[in-house]
Amino acid sequence: MQPSHFLAVLLFALFASTVFGITMRDTPRRMVRYGAYCFVLFVGSVIVFSWVMFLIAR
Amino acid sequence: MATTPNKPTPAGKPATGKEQQQGFVYLPLIAGWLVPGAGHFLVRKPIRGVLLAISIIAMFVISLAMQGKLYTSAQDILSLLGMAGDLGSGLLYFVSRGLGLGAQPTQTTVADYGRVFIVVAGLLNVIAAVDAHNLRTGRKN
Repeated sequence: MQPSHFLAVLLFALFASTVFGITMRDTPRRMVRYGAYCFVLFVGSVIVFSWVMFLIAR
Repeated sequence: MATTPNKPTPAGKPATGKEQQQGFVYLPLIAGWLVPGAGHFLVRKPIRGVLLAISIIAMFVISLAMQGKLYTSAQDILSLLGMAGDLGSGLLYFVSRGLGLGAQPTQTTVADYGRVFIVVAGLLNVIAAVDAHNLRTGRKN
């Protein structure tokens, strides 16, 4: 299995956010919200830092 | 827009629920470490258990499919930390070692991602097991 780097990021963010959401909050609604929040932060930070590295490398 | 974290039960307050007063209190912790999600099944949170099991097992299996490497010895401090992370996966780690999986050296970037995925899956499993323990003791609802 050779996923692209971005797919690896998405898988990592999905699984880690699921565990974070379930373990860090105590009601289903807050779990979902916190899981989505973590997912967006994971993926968003990767995109931002990718662009930063791209611009630095130019 | 982060939600506020869990509020701990005040110190000295007894655990809620009849089932939380009896039995081996560390059983969900140990079961959750050995089998991802098992601790939550023991504290009667099956949906959470299923989601945790799917997440952690899928992460572990995908990492092996990416030819991630399992740490098998602790020759230096980084290997020791990696092995500690791998051991967090419980039986997944021992079964994979027994089957000879994850033994190939890392040769590609994706395989290196796989090595990290295995460590993170173990650490997430430890978090889940501790969460099951907190549910068992009444520290979390």
